[in-house]
Amino acid sequence: MIVYLLCSFLFVLGLYCLVAKKNIIKKIIGIITMEYSVNLFLVLVGYRARGIAPILSKGADKAEFIAKSVDPLPQALVLTAIVIGLGTIALMVAICIRLYERYGTFDMTEIRRLRG
Amino acid sequence: MNHILPLFVAVPLGTAFIILILAKVWRKAGVPFALLTSICLVIFSVSVIGQASIYRMGNWPPPWGIVLVLDGLSTLLLLTISVISFFALLFSIRYMDRYTAKPKFYALFMLLVAGMNGVVLSGDFFNLFVFLEIASIASYALVAFGCEEEELEASFKYLILSGVASTFILLGIAILYSLTGTLNMADVARTIGNMPANNAVLFAISMFLMGFGLKAALVPFHPWLPDAHPAAPAPISAMLSGVLIKALGMYVLIRLIFNVFGLSPFLSSVLMILGGLSMVVGGLLAIGQDDLKRLLAYSSISQIGYVAVGLALGTPLGIMGGLFHLINHATFKSLLFLSAGAIEYSTDTRKLSKMGGLSNRLPVTTTSAAIGFLSISGIPPLNGFWSKLIIIIALVQAGHYILASVAVLVSFLTILYFMRVQRHLFFGDLPAKLAKITEVPYLMRVSLVLLAIMCLAMGLLYPFLSGTILDPARDVILEGTAYVHRVFGV
Amino acid sequence: MTQEPEGMTLIVKSIGRLVINFIMLFGIYIILYGHLSPGGGFPGGVIVATAFILLMLSFGRKTALRKFGDTTASLLDNFAALSFLTIGFLGLIGGYFFLNFIDRGIPFQLFSAGTIPLANIAIGLKVSACLYAVFVALAIFGKVLAGPEQDGVGPAEEKPTDSGEHRR
Repeated sequence: MIVYLLCSFLFVLGLYCLVAKKNIIKKIIGIITMEYSVNLFLVLVGYRARGIAPILSKGADKAEFIAKSVDPLPQALVLTAIVIGLGTIALMVAICIRLYERYGTFDMTEIRRLRG
Repeated sequence: MNHILPLFVAVPLGTAFIILILAKVWRKAGVPFALLTSICLVIFSVSVIGQASIYRMGNWPPPWGIVLVLDGLSTLLLLTISVISFFALLFSIRYMDRYTAKPKFYALFMLLVAGMNGVVLSGDFFNLFVFLEIASIASYALVAFGCEEEELEASFKYLILSGVASTFILLGIAILYSLTGTLNMADVARTIGNMPANNAVLFAISMFLMGFGLKAALVPFHPWLPDAHPAAPAPISAMLSGVLIKALGMYVLIRLIFNVFGLSPFLSSVLMILGGLSMVVGGLLAIGQDDLKRLLAYSSISQIGYVAVGLALGTPLGIMGGLFHLINHATFKSLLFLSAGAIEYSTDTRKLSKMGGLSNRLPVTTTSAAIGFLSISGIPPLNGFWSKLIIIIALVQAGHYILASVAVLVSFLTILYFMRVQRHLFFGDLPAKLAKITEVPYLMRVSLVLLAIMCLAMGLLYPFLSGTILDPARDVILEGTAYVHRVFGV
Repeated sequence: MTQEPEGMTLIVKSIGRLVINFIMLFGIYIILYGHLSPGGGFPGGVIVATAFILLMLSFGRKTALRKFGDTTASLLDNFAALSFLTIGFLGLIGGYFFLNFIDRGIPFQLFSAGTIPLANIAIGLKVSACLYAVFVALAIFGKVLAGPEQDGVGPAEEKPTDSGEHRR
C-alpha cells in the first residue's frame, strides 16, 4: 500500500511543479515526473511476488512457468509509454529552444503574446 | 473479415515515410503522394459503408491479440476524417507556398491522419493510447509549424495541457488494467459488467473524462484550443477543429461511456453539464474576439458542446442529432477555417477591424464563407439548422427544458457573432491597404466551393445520410455494452 | 568566434575508442537475440544509438557527423520504418496483416520465430537512427543558438520522433 501512496505523492509533486513553477524547463520536468509516476504505477500493478520473467527458457518446466510468470502486458505498455514520452519530451525541448531563441527567456510569465 | 481495415492506418503511415525518403531527391514529392493517399482513403472509407467487421491482427483472437473493430460509428468517423483531410490537402497545395520544409508538412499530415484512423478503429486501450499519441505529437508539431513567436507559444501550451491529458488517460488505463487484468475494450466491458459497482471504475471514468475532455476541449478543459487552433496553418486548423477534437475527444468518450462502461444517469448528467457549459462559455467568449480564426476556435468549443449534449441525452433522437451535428460541424468549421486561411492569404491579416468590403475583391471566398456562416448559425435549409433542430427537439422531448432554452439562446448568440463577422468582412469600405488584393489561387477556391456545396447538400439530403451512415452509427451507440458480443461473437 | 576544441580530452578519446565498438556489438547482440532473451529492437537500438552519441560527445560534432551524418540517420530512420511496415504487409500473403508467415523453425535457435527477428532488426535500426537524429538535431539547435552566425533559419520544423508506433 505504501508504494502506491508514494506513487501518488510523485504524481502530485509533478502536478505541483507543473502548475507552480514559472520556468518552462521546470514545467517540463514536472510533466516528466507525472508521466513516470504513472509508469511506476503500471509496473507496480503488474508486480507479482517471486514471479519470473515471462520468457520461456530452454528446458524450463512449463507448468511452473505458467504458474509463476508475470503478465507481460503492463511492461509492454510501460515501455511504449516511455517511448512516447521520449518523443514528446524531445519535441518539448525543441520548442523550448525555439522559444528561447525568440523571446530570450524561459519564464512563462514573460512569454505572453496570446491573450483573450 | 475485411482486409481494408489495417490499410487505413498502414497506408498513410507508409506514405509519411516514403515522402520523407523521396524528399531528399525530389523536393515536391509531398503533394502527389499525400493527395493520392488521401484519395485512396476516401475510396476505402466509402467502400466500408454499411459493413461491420472485426480484424484480428496476425490472426490472434481477442482478447489476446490486437483487434481492429469496424462498425457504424467508426465508419462515420473514418468518412469524416478522410473527406475533410482530402479537402484540407487540396487547399494546402498552394497555401503552403509561403512555408519552407513542405515534405515535412505532408509527412506530419499523414501521421496525423494515420493516428486518427488508428484511434477510430482500435479495439483495445493499448493501441488507442499509442495512436492517440501519434496523432497528438503530429498535431503539436503542426501547430508550431510556422516557428514564429505565437505558434511556438501556442504549441507549448497545447503540448503541456495535452501531455497532462495523456498522463491522466494512461492513469485511467492503468486503473482499469489493475481492476480487470485486460486491456481489450470488449473484455474490459465484459469484466466490469460482471462485477458489482465499485468506486475504482468511477475513478477510472473520471480520469478518462478529464483526459478525453481535454482533448475534446469541453469547457473547464478548453484553454489550449483558442491558442492552438488559430496559430496553426489554415489547413491544419481545419483538421484540428474539424476532426481532431472529435476523433480524439468525442469519439473516444462516446465509445467508452456507451460501449464499455454503459451509460448511467450520473454520467449522462455530467456530460450534459460539461456540454452545456461549453456551449455557453464558448459562445460568450467568441463575441468579443477581433481575430477571425480565434473567434472560429471559440465557436468550435461552443459547437462541440451541442454534440456533447445531444449524445449525452442517450435517446435515439438526441444521439442522432449529436452525430449529425458532429459531421456537420466537421464540414462547416473546416470550410470556415479554410476561408479564414484564404482571406489571410490574400489580405495578410486576421484582424476583423482591419478588413471590410471584401466581397467585391474575393467573390468566391466570401460567398463560400457566407454559406459556412449561415450554416453554423443554423439558417434553413443548410445542414447546421437540421442538426441543431434535432438536438433541441430531443432535449424538449426528454424534458430538459432549461438546457433546450440554453441551446436556443446559444444559437442566437452564434448568429450574433457571425453577424458581426459578416459586417466586417463583406460590408463597409475596403481599407486603402487592401486595395490591391486578388482572389486566391484556383485550387484553394475549388476546395472551398466543394465544401460549401457539401454544406448545402448535407442539409438537403438528410434522409439519405441518415439511412446510410447515421443510423448504423446510432445503433452502435444504442446497443451499449452489447458491443462485447459483437467483438467476441465473430 | 573562438575555435571550439574538437571533442574532449585524450583520456576520454582513448577510452571511447576502446569502448564504442563493444557498446555497438552489445546493442547488435540485444537486437539479434530479441526473440530468445530479454531485449529486442528497442533496447538494442537505444544501446547502438548511445554508442554514436558517445562518439559525438568524445570526438566532437564533426567527426561523428562524418561517420554518421544526419541525412543518413534520417534516411535510415524512414527506411527502417518502411521495412517494418513492409513486414506487416507481407503478412497479407498468409491472409492477415502482420501474420507471422515464415516457418517458425526450432524454438531457441537463432534462426527461428519467423518474422519476429526481422521486425526486431527493423525496429532496432529505426530506434537507433531516430534517437541519434534527435540528439544531433538538438545539438545543432544549441550550436545555432550559441553562435552568432545563424546559418539560415532553414527547415522550419524539428522532426517529431514518431517512434511510438513501431514497437511491440
